Amino acid sequence: MSHRATMPVPEPPFAPMPADPSGAGGSMGVSVEGLRVFRGKKQVLANISCNIPEGRITGLLGPSGSGKTTFMRALVGVQTITAGTLTVLGRPAGDPRNRHDVGYVTQAPSVYPDLSVLDNLRYFASVHGGSREDAGAVLTAVGLADLATRKASKLSGGQFSRVSLACALVGKPKLLVLDEPTVGLDPVLRAELWGQFSAMAAEGTTLLISSHVMEEAGHCDSLLLLRGGMLLAQLTPAQLRQRGDTDDLELAFLRLIRAAEADAAGSEAAS
Amino acid sequence: MNVAMMWSTCLRVLRQLKGDPRSIALILVVPSLLLALVYWLYENEILAPSVPRTFDRVGLMMLGIFPFVVMFLVTSITMLRERISGTLERLLTTPVHKADLLFGYALAFSIMAALQALVATGTAYWIFGLKIAGNAGWVVLISVLTAVLGVALGLLCSAFATTEFQAVQFMPVVVIPQILLCGLFVARAQMNGVLEALSNIMPLSYAVHGLQEVAGHADPTSSLVTDLVVVAAFVVAGLLLASLTLRRRTR
Repeated sequence: MSHRATMPVPEPPFAPMPADPSGAGGSMGVSVEGLRVFRGKKQVLANISCNIPEGRITGLLGPSGSGKTTFMRALVGVQTITAGTLTVLGRPAGDPRNRHDVGYVTQAPSVYPDLSVLDNLRYFASVHGGSREDAGAVLTAVGLADLATRKASKLSGGQFSRVSLACALVGKPKLLVLDEPTVGLDPVLRAELWGQFSAMAAEGTTLLISSHVMEEAGHCDSLLLLRGGMLLAQLTPAQLRQRGDTDDLELAFLRLIRAAEADAAGSEAAS
Repeated sequence: MNVAMMWSTCLRVLRQLKGDPRSIALILVVPSLLLALVYWLYENEILAPSVPRTFDRVGLMMLGIFPFVVMFLVTSITMLRERISGTLERLLTTPVHKADLLFGYALAFSIMAALQALVATGTAYWIFGLKIAGNAGWVVLISVLTAVLGVALGLLCSAFATTEFQAVQFMPVVVIPQILLCGLFVARAQMNGVLEALSNIMPLSYAVHGLQEVAGHADPTSSLVTDLVVVAAFVVAGLLLASLTLRRRTR
C-alpha cells in the first residue's frame, strides 16, 4: 500500500479544519479538488474539495437532494463529472485497478432477489476474483449464516439490505462507499451495523457512509456536511457540537446552515 | 475477458432460471405445442403424389423461428431487470469485464436454446414424422444459432427500453418484420424489390434459407455455410453493439 503513503495531501480549500479533522494526521484514502457535476443545466455538485482519511469512518450528511449519492457515484467512478480531480486510493476515480479495492453499496439494495443469499454472495465473490469460502466467511460476519439458503426475495427489508452490504464486503474493499445503509432499519440493527463499521475501520478499511439522519453523525470520525450541492464544512462531530453550541447534532447542523445563509445574504447585500 | 467470471455469470443466470421452473417449462414445451398446432392445421391437406407436405416446409422453418422469438423476449426482459435493479451498475463497479457479462448471458441462454431446439426437433422428427433430405444435426445447429441471435438482439434492445412493457413492445418492431419477410409466407424471390432488399438485411432470412438448404440437399451445401456465417456475423455485431450500451460512467 505504498502508493497511499507517497500520495500528496492537497490543502483543502473548503475544510476549515486540518485535512484529517479526527486528529490522526494520517494519509488520505480519497482527496477531492474542485469537483463539479452538472446534470443538464442543473448544478448537482458545486466546487467540492475535501479529504477522506484512511482507516476511518467519514459521514456524508445532508438533506435528501443535497448531492450525496452523486458525490458517492463520482468517487466510485460511475458518474460523469464536469470538472475537478478525484484521487481515490492514489489513483484517479474510476481507474480499472480501483474496481478491486472499492466497494459500493447503492441506496436501493442491488442483489438478485431470485437467488439464494449464498448464491448472491458467491457470484459477487467470483466477480471480485474471490473464492466460495470468502462468501461463507462474510455471511457469518454480517450475521446471515442461518439464512444462507433462503431466497433473497423472501427476506425482510433489513436482511435484504444486509445481503447487499455483504455482497460488497466479499470483495475485501479498502474503501467502502455506503449510500444510506441504515435507512429504514430498526434501532437494534442500526447499532449493530455501526458496530461493524467501526470494527472494519479499526482493521484499516476506509468508509464513507451517507445518511440524512443527523443523530448517526455521532458514530463518524469525520463529517462532510452537504447542502444544495455545496460542502458546508468538514469537521468532527465534537467540532460540530462546539460550532453549533449544542449537543444536539441536528440542531448544530441547522445552526450551521442558518449561519451560512446569513453569510451569503450578507455578501450579496454588500455587492 | 476472464473465463472464470464469464462462467460464473453463466451459472448465475442459469441458477436464476432454475428458481423459476414455470419459465423453464414454457421455454421447453411451448415450441413443441406450436409445432403440433401447425401439424394439425395441415393434417387434412390433399397432396399430389411425391409433393412434400406443407408441414415439412412450414414446420421446419418454425424450428428456426421459435428459438429466436423466445430467446429475444427472455433475454431482453432479464437484461432490463438487471439494468433496473441496480445490479448492473454494481457489477460495473467490480473487476468484471463487460464481455464476461455479455458472453456469460449469451452462453447461459444458448444452453437453454440448445435444450429447446433438441426438444422441438425431436418432436418434429419422431412425433410428426418430419421428412427432409439433410441431417437433423444441421437443423439443431441452426436453431441454436437463431436462439443466440435472439439473445444478442435482446441484449441490444434492452438498452433502449426503460420498462418491461417497452421491452415487450420491441418484439413487433424487431421480430415480427423478420418473420414476415423471412420467406415463411411468400418466397423471398417473389417479393417486390423493396421488400426483398429489406429481407436481405435481416438475419432471420439467412437462418430460414439455411433450413431450406438442409431440407433440399442430403449433404451440406456451400450456400448453407454462407448462411451460417452471415447469421454468426449478425450475432457478433449484436453483442458488440450491446457491449457499447453498457456504460460504466453515466450522467
